[in-house]
Amino acid sequence: MQLIRNGEFVADDFATVGDEDALPDGAVIVSLERWQKERDALTARNTPLGVRLKSGQEPSAIAEDIDKLKVVALEFPVYRNGRAYSYARLLRERHGYKGEIRAVGNVLRDQFHFMVRCGFDALEVADNITPEIWAESVGAFSLSYQPATDGREPVLSLRQRLAARASAREAV
Amino acid sequence: MYRYDEFDYQIVNERVAQFRGQVARRLSGELTEDEFKPLRLMNGVYLQLHAYMLRVAIPYGTLSSKQLRMLAHIGRKYDRGYGHFTTRQNLQYNWPALKDMPDLLHDLATVEMHAIQTSGNCIRNVTSDQYAGAAKDEIEDPRIVSEIIRQWSTFHPEFSFLPRKFKIAVSGTPDDRAAIRVHDIGIQIVRDGKGAIGYEIYVGGGLGRTPMIGKKIADFVPKEDLLAYLEAIMRVYNMYGRRDNIYKARIKILVHEIGAEEMKRQVDAEFAEIRKTGALHLPAEEVARIQAYFAPPAYETLPDESTELNKAVLADRDFANWVKSNVAAHKVPGYAIVNISLKPIGGTPGDCSSDQMDAVADIAEKYSFDELRVTHEQNLTLADVRKKDLPAVHAALKAAGLATANINLITDQIACPGLDYCALANARSIPLAQQISERFSDLDRQHDIGELKINTSGCINACGHHHVGHIGILGVDKKGVEYYQVTLGGAADEKTAIGDIVGPAFTEEQIVDAIETIVTTYLSLRQPGERFIDTYRRTGIDPFKESLYATH
Amino acid sequence: MAQHSRKGAQFQALTANRLADGIVVYLTSDNRWSESLQDADVAEGKEAGEALLARAQPTVDDNIVVEPYLFEIAREDGGIRAASVRETIRQAGPTVRLDLGKQAELPGVHR
Repeated sequence: MQLIRNGEFVADDFATVGDEDALPDGAVIVSLERWQKERDALTARNTPLGVRLKSGQEPSAIAEDIDKLKVVALEFPVYRNGRAYSYARLLRERHGYKGEIRAVGNVLRDQFHFMVRCGFDALEVADNITPEIWAESVGAFSLSYQPATDGREPVLSLRQRLAARASAREAV
Repeated sequence: MYRYDEFDYQIVNERVAQFRGQVARRLSGELTEDEFKPLRLMNGVYLQLHAYMLRVAIPYGTLSSKQLRMLAHIGRKYDRGYGHFTTRQNLQYNWPALKDMPDLLHDLATVEMHAIQTSGNCIRNVTSDQYAGAAKDEIEDPRIVSEIIRQWSTFHPEFSFLPRKFKIAVSGTPDDRAAIRVHDIGIQIVRDGKGAIGYEIYVGGGLGRTPMIGKKIADFVPKEDLLAYLEAIMRVYNMYGRRDNIYKARIKILVHEIGAEEMKRQVDAEFAEIRKTGALHLPAEEVARIQAYFAPPAYETLPDESTELNKAVLADRDFANWVKSNVAAHKVPGYAIVNISLKPIGGTPGDCSSDQMDAVADIAEKYSFDELRVTHEQNLTLADVRKKDLPAVHAALKAAGLATANINLITDQIACPGLDYCALANARSIPLAQQISERFSDLDRQHDIGELKINTSGCINACGHHHVGHIGILGVDKKGVEYYQVTLGGAADEKTAIGDIVGPAFTEEQIVDAIETIVTTYLSLRQPGERFIDTYRRTGIDPFKESLYATH
Repeated sequence: MAQHSRKGAQFQALTANRLADGIVVYLTSDNRWSESLQDADVAEGKEAGEALLARAQPTVDDNIVVEPYLFEIAREDGGIRAASVRETIRQAGPTVRLDLGKQAELPGVHR
């Protein structure tokens, strides 16, 4: 596994810990269950915290805690399960979450583009993914028809700007 | 019709390049079949019985002559000289090689076509009314909103891995020719009390293993909010649709399990939130831009009566029969809608040779403003033909073997490819349709029987829409032998109904006789003016059961 | 994968589709893939069937064929034929287009 964060291949500075594991020093990512059970103790550690949501654990479950979290890891149990795309968008667009949204689980190269568009800024990917593959995959489409979370200007508004420029030229 | 601008071209060309890379990686062994399969399925490439199959999208069933000529060319160059029009208004090639697929898609892209989202668990090709723009009682051309939806749904990052495939259909007239109530989302264009145009929304319809009729969850969604509303439905489905069981993953099961009221509540809540952000607000200028592409063609001012037509009807019985069944009323005086039957007696429903495609392209260019439609009943439509040109159109179609006069008659059957081509099928569909077609080939008898829709599917996936055939036939496999189960009383129009199973399945030898028994039972029961479906609705299933099984 | 062979089938052969063009092929006794069913190696009994299936794996790994599986055959008139309608159609071509598929060169498979 390697971590790509904002397009860079980086060392993972968070440890993902199981529900029964002792907490190591430093930044950790825990399950929603552990977070709900040990919220106060975890917060008191004063180290960066992340929560991992399984498919079916909706972002609303952590909506109140968003300021406390540096990472929300969203699980793709299998690439076909696309629930987490909606979860990522809701975290960003509905709950105003500004921290890292990390794609974990069955994260395949042909989906990087979709994930980035939905607000994921970190992806745990297989070891055979190279920076070249990342670049090719995430850049497969230079245009998008629909607005999403990545702030990319959709085709519709590109068209409107083009039309506005054309009519401005005509006016001159 | 819609024409690509630089942006549309770029997206489709980038898709061709991406798929070229994926195919190369597969052929070189960099990708295993397990890894490649979902990628090819995202682009309409299936592995069937004999070879690969490619499904080409024909958005809302509209084609230019140039596009149809390209489809003909591809049929010759990469396939075996023909294609198969489907109940989703698409075209399937049955024999292309995987190694040729990138070049084939490149050729398609040159005429603004693609295979994007023709398979996979994503929003599929939007389907619509083949009479769009020409129908008399049309509120608005449904292709405008269909194109808007096509663009919004193409590579939608949030909705490309839905629980299951997702189909949207749009109707612009009260008469529903697009079967909107058996789609995941059905959109009915309506006018409110103040004359504003908006959309009535049905959700949760579908066929397959668990047929369901869509439930209305909105009476009027304003035009500018349509995409926000659709996005709300999709999000509710993506988050709550079942992913534990492939047979329970369609939105119809979600709607069924939580109820239409609760579905409406969830969608409304999500819609209110999405609407707040304004990101999906549809600007009137964009609607107008797309609407302009579907502006009415340059109709001539003509008298509604055509003496040429009237003379020809009197002079030529074949022509008169064809006019009677295949020609429909047009909104503009002096014009008619021509349906081209792809159901020749004894032929394969929906199949069309490359030569026939070229012929239709020529006819459309000359007589119907260079454009044609594919219908969900696997026929073609020329939407804007001058009445006085009908004799010439008929003659040209006849020369191409395309003048079968049977639209909406018993030999105008829907059939899926079935076990002759399809890897999922349990039984053959096409030979059955052929035998029924031959049994009822007598045209006078067909007219006497009147409107009767027989739909045949080779498996429970119901690509042949058997549940909504007036007579539905479902092929089943019993220990390696093909059997056929019959349903009665289905309909896919504005009075959509799921057919009732009539009783135990029939063997291949019995099934055509059984259909004949059903037809003769109807003829003996019908009251003046009743179609088969009317009689069935009046009498119910019992008299049919009796005549089918009493003697057995 | 779907079950294509009956439990307890006596004779089985192995089929797959060629990766590059999708054409139906059969594994021969010398581990080649032939387009003709008549060239297919025939396994008698369950164990021989499993051994036949195992022999396909290297060619799957080499990206020559995809989705290999066993199916039931019957011996007749010194040749072999597929036991099911499905495999007969795969072997010959669509029953509704006798000019297409292998039946173009192999008439009489569909009767």
